[in-house]
Amino acid sequence: MTTSRSAKCEISFSVNGERKSVRVYPMERLLDVLREELNLTGTKEGCGEGECGACSVLIDGVLVDSCLIPMGQLAAANITTIEGMASNSRFARLRDAFLECGGAQCGICTPGMILAAAHLLERNPAPSFDEIREGLSGNLCRCTGYIQIIEAVAEAARRIGAK
Amino acid sequence: MLYGATVRSRIPRGRIKKITFGPAVDWREYVVVSAQDIPGKNYIALIEDDQPCLADGAVNHPEEPILLLAHPDRHALPKAVAAIEIEYEALPAIFSIDESERKDQIIWREDNIFKSFLIEKGDVDGVWAKADYIVEGEYFTGAQEQLYIETNGMIAAFEEHKGITVWGSLQCPYYVHKALMALFGLTEDKVRVVQTETGGAFGGKEEYPSMIAAHASLLAMKSGRPVKMIYGRAEDMAATTKRHPSRTRHRTAVSKQGKILGGEIEFVIDGGAYATLSSVVLSRGTIHAGGPYYWPSVRIRTKAVATNVPPHGAFRGFGAPQALFAMERHIEKIARTVNLTSDEVRRRNFLRPGQTTTTEQVIKEPIDLVKLLDRGLELADYQAKRKRFARQNLSSARKSGLGIGAFLHGAGFTGSGERYLSSVVGVEGAADGGVTVLVSSTEFGQGTNTVLCQIAAQALGLPYDDVTIAQPDTSEVPNSGPTVASRTAMVVGNLVASAALGVKQTLIATGKLHQNYTAGEFRAACREFVATRGKLQSLARYESPEGIFWDDQKYRGEAYAAFAWAVYVAEVTADLSTYSVTVNDFVALQEVGRVINPVLARGQIIGGVAQGIGFALYEKVEWRDGRMANSQMTNYIIPTSADMPTIRVFFEELGNQHGAFGAKGIGELPMDGPAPAIVNAIEDALGVPFDSAPLLPEEILSVMTSHAANAESESPAGVR
Repeated sequence: MTTSRSAKCEISFSVNGERKSVRVYPMERLLDVLREELNLTGTKEGCGEGECGACSVLIDGVLVDSCLIPMGQLAAANITTIEGMASNSRFARLRDAFLECGGAQCGICTPGMILAAAHLLERNPAPSFDEIREGLSGNLCRCTGYIQIIEAVAEAARRIGAK
Repeated sequence: MLYGATVRSRIPRGRIKKITFGPAVDWREYVVVSAQDIPGKNYIALIEDDQPCLADGAVNHPEEPILLLAHPDRHALPKAVAAIEIEYEALPAIFSIDESERKDQIIWREDNIFKSFLIEKGDVDGVWAKADYIVEGEYFTGAQEQLYIETNGMIAAFEEHKGITVWGSLQCPYYVHKALMALFGLTEDKVRVVQTETGGAFGGKEEYPSMIAAHASLLAMKSGRPVKMIYGRAEDMAATTKRHPSRTRHRTAVSKQGKILGGEIEFVIDGGAYATLSSVVLSRGTIHAGGPYYWPSVRIRTKAVATNVPPHGAFRGFGAPQALFAMERHIEKIARTVNLTSDEVRRRNFLRPGQTTTTEQVIKEPIDLVKLLDRGLELADYQAKRKRFARQNLSSARKSGLGIGAFLHGAGFTGSGERYLSSVVGVEGAADGGVTVLVSSTEFGQGTNTVLCQIAAQALGLPYDDVTIAQPDTSEVPNSGPTVASRTAMVVGNLVASAALGVKQTLIATGKLHQNYTAGEFRAACREFVATRGKLQSLARYESPEGIFWDDQKYRGEAYAAFAWAVYVAEVTADLSTYSVTVNDFVALQEVGRVINPVLARGQIIGGVAQGIGFALYEKVEWRDGRMANSQMTNYIIPTSADMPTIRVFFEELGNQHGAFGAKGIGELPMDGPAPAIVNAIEDALGVPFDSAPLLPEEILSVMTSHAANAESESPAGVR
């Protein structure tokens, strides 16, 4: 991706509930601004072309690949990264279920998976195995073969529902 | 900090005539490194000293590194790379095993052959006359990309008095250490390699990190500033290693009863342009080529050959998946020829305790492969489903089938490898009373840290939380060997257990601890020892078990201290409107000694099966003049969660006297079985034999079309 060197502009938005203002090129990727300007390195880069989901974030509640989002689109947006999930009520149960079920191996896809899982449970609190499979299919994992991730999400859903 | 980038060859083979730095870039802003800047020897030290760190006058594969650039703004690098024009005198290049064997072009030393092996057991030449059938087959597997989700990356710093330090995503700190010492002509204390959290590896970060570390270090030395090099996905896929493509030929003498009497196996792998690890990959493929079967006589000839593609390298399984794919396809062909079911032919030929492998290693463990197969088939409901599918397939365009993969995987380094490695492990009692494991073995998702801490805790009778593991840093930890070859839990784990016992014995011998202690007493004893006597560290070095014999010349003897054994059963459906195949159910049954950590072990098996499904059905490298044309996740397809069948994992545990608490290696095992099981299932569903993997819909269509055409021309009267 080419970034224009001539026209940096001021963009204000909210990240994990905090107001932020950055001076960036409009075509700069949200992924790079999160990692390099705001030091939020929990968001990972896997492919840079919207295939793997390692860079997943929520923008105004919608799950997106931050490698595909130019900063110019983000004025006044509300962004949630994995760092902001700590205050999400579902996070602790997802984290525990991932740990107990073997849902993370190398961990590089995990932030994106957790966001995708939280996003899925937001819309569907009691998903079936196939619905989880489908809901996470935009997030690639090369280590686990997915089954233990799917089991972790099912387990987290069960615990959230039982509380 | 600066960012680094690599200028690479755009052609597969040729001489570099001229390098022009284009006028559009202000080159004073950039640090530029060429082969002339290398202070030591211009090669990446590994096995052969043939692979340059930077091309010096000639290139032998596309993407070969030629120049390095660094700049404070990483956005300023792509245009600079593009502004460098390299003129070549192109030379004819070769891209396949067949072309390499023809030797029209000699591209590596005298004969294009990196390595060859010969195994001879019994009188093969006398066996053909006794055979009721001679079954021949030829099988192929393609390149496969490791596709760890975190691309390769490294940061290097150089200071005159301290030397080089690199931090990076890697598997084998001491491989990088060795390569940097040779390249810079530095002593071992002037090179420090630190493994940072590594986002997946699968063998793909075994040898190539030495190259990136070398590049980042050269830029750091020349600029005097730290340099960060992170590969983009396309660069990582196109330039770094992949699984070796293979061709295997079987010629087998078989009796009417379906018994293998003897045979010849020829196994050839495409090593790419430089030797890298091909000889070792070939070795493992050679030893696994006979599968889990008893060969009264066999001749196995194997070689790794050179082509003008980026060097192929380590990938989970390391030569075994290729050789076992061929064996497990060929056993199906044998079954068809003698008109028996393939499960029955397997039963009649399985290795039994007391029999010898192709290298004449006596099977000493009480493995019962017939029982393992029967249990696998029962778990898969194999017989009932086969009958049902045979009926259903008659009236449906969706054809279902079942396939078996029976196999073994040797754990640890081959033959005398572990003896040469002579690994050392440390366990330390710390000032706060805790215990630290000191190893260069790395965590990259497979559970090294958890399992080694667990082993130390168990050996000392302490809670898991009392044990930590040091970050792999060559200035802090001993060389426990590379993290490869399914050796970590079994071989390194065993050393961790004995080093841990050393700490306990020291505390007991110095009167600080009784035989029966609590965790609190152990911590207090540690604290007191460190306060009064200083460092409390115990080292353990690998010693090869007695009675292990291996002949490197004749490739004969005890190839591995232990084998893991497995039977996998795949159920597939092939859709004749799209020619796509889905895996519906997968049974993975294996004997792995002892399961140290059930959750992690199951995760290893499922993850390996997923990569095997990719190897069988989706993952195809498209080559264009030696370059990977589909170097993106968009067009190189790996399984997603939506593609995964139910994977049912079962363990048998027979123990292993050579492994920590009876463990055998399991990391690579699950890579071996899925591809043959799935392709066998596709054959069962469609009634057409397939000889290669991966099988994408277009390959299935093409094989079925030519099979139908052949059938028509062979039997014009419609008979048979």
